[in-house]
Amino acid sequence: MASDTQGAENAGGGLEFHPMDQFIIQPLFGGDVVHWYTPTNVTLWMALSILAIFALLVLGTSRRAIVPSRSQSIGELAYGFVYKMVEDVAGKDGLKYFPYIMTLFMFIVTANFLGLIPTAFTTTSHFAVTGVMALMVFFFVTILGFVKNGSAFLGLFWVSSAPLALRPILAIIELISYFVRPVSHSIRLGGNMMAGHAVIKVFAGFAGLAVISPLSVVAITAMYGLEVLVCFIQAYVFTILTCVYLKDALHPSH
Amino acid sequence: MEGDLAHIGAGLAAIGSGAAAIGVGNVAGNFLSGALRNPSAAASQTATLFIGIAFAEALGIFSFLVALLLMFAV
Amino acid sequence: MATETQDVAGQASEAASAPGMPQLDFSTFGNQIFWLLVTLVVIYFILSRIALPRIANVLAERQGTITNDIAAADELKAKAAEAEQAYEKALADARAEAQRIVAEAKAEIQADLDEATRHADAEIAAKAAESEKAIEEIRASALENVRTVAKDTAQEIVAVFGTKKADAKTIEAAVETRMKG
Repeated sequence: MASDTQGAENAGGGLEFHPMDQFIIQPLFGGDVVHWYTPTNVTLWMALSILAIFALLVLGTSRRAIVPSRSQSIGELAYGFVYKMVEDVAGKDGLKYFPYIMTLFMFIVTANFLGLIPTAFTTTSHFAVTGVMALMVFFFVTILGFVKNGSAFLGLFWVSSAPLALRPILAIIELISYFVRPVSHSIRLGGNMMAGHAVIKVFAGFAGLAVISPLSVVAITAMYGLEVLVCFIQAYVFTILTCVYLKDALHPSH
Repeated sequence: MEGDLAHIGAGLAAIGSGAAAIGVGNVAGNFLSGALRNPSAAASQTATLFIGIAFAEALGIFSFLVALLLMFAV
Repeated sequence: MATETQDVAGQASEAASAPGMPQLDFSTFGNQIFWLLVTLVVIYFILSRIALPRIANVLAERQGTITNDIAAADELKAKAAEAEQAYEKALADARAEAQRIVAEAKAEIQADLDEATRHADAEIAAKAAESEKAIEEIRASALENVRTVAKDTAQEIVAVFGTKKADAKTIEAAVETRMKG
């Protein structure tokens, strides 16, 4: 595979770095060709994240206890966290879209955390995945904005509080930043996930030298702790930006 | 030789990560100094803090991405 | 790079033109997007059909329970206050009753006392009157005695001096005037 050649190139230096190997998509049941329907490690880890969500939010709350058990209170915490976020950022009328946002949040957060398991595959580190989610948000929000507000939605780009001479320039800037949204939205999540995992792999590659291997272990531990934080924060940021875009669609006036 | 130039470019692009670090530190530090002046308003602004950090960090991630592209894709 | 990819099997040779970053291997995008959409749809149905309504119910139920409990506690508190009020009232009543009984007893005793006093006064008055009468009688009898003695004495004296026959009537009159004087 492509990164094997990378390793082969570096092999001369005594250290072998395969930081990108972990992101390779392989068919689960042998074979080489990845068709669009082939069950791959993407399928496996996405299915695992479905199972995790099911276990947490369905099995965990199955007792419907008034005094919650541990898993139930985690589920309720996640629910309350996203619910409050949508309510605070997008407003009361944004609550209609709460299930969609909750879907995104739960998928991202479980996929991120499952990716932290050693030898796991991180689905959210692929721009195909994050890009599709970001584009879904982008199109959903744009269409919703036009449906709800009609042409008034274009007021989002016309900063009426600015001096008149500046407004066309600002409109162009706003327009560009609006269309860059899905790019930054997706690359932020995918890039963060990929960067953290690649850095851990690079440190692991340094462990090949006995002298620096203790340092390498310490560095991996520290990075892992940071990654736990980043996994949650990136899911949070993706969700809250979705809420912000939703607010723009519902209330486009500046 | 072409690969060497790409590696140099990747290293230069990685400087952007440091710039993003400055940006994120700026956001967080200013939030903290504001929060210490008016702690009662801090809790309501954490969402804004995270959005600001995310925007600052996204640009650092872009430079990281450029570095990766130069390393592996060129 | 390309020369070494030759000996790696089919997928890699297919992706030979693809970059070294698996993220940019566009041949796998269709696969990822397909499974992502499947996953999101499944999660959406799990959440919107089962999990979210259930959690919302549990939260609402808990809120209801808390509200009910607080209401029940308030009710109990009101009841306790009521009971305390009733207790206070009973206490005040009992106190008033006791006061009344005390006052009654006092009045009764006073009445008895007054009666006894009056009785004693009357008895004393009667005894005093009786004594007065006895004294009066004694005094009267004493006066009579004095008069008789004076008359007799005067007669005897007159008889002793005997110049003239003493007239009983004159002596009596003289004694009477003296006695009055």
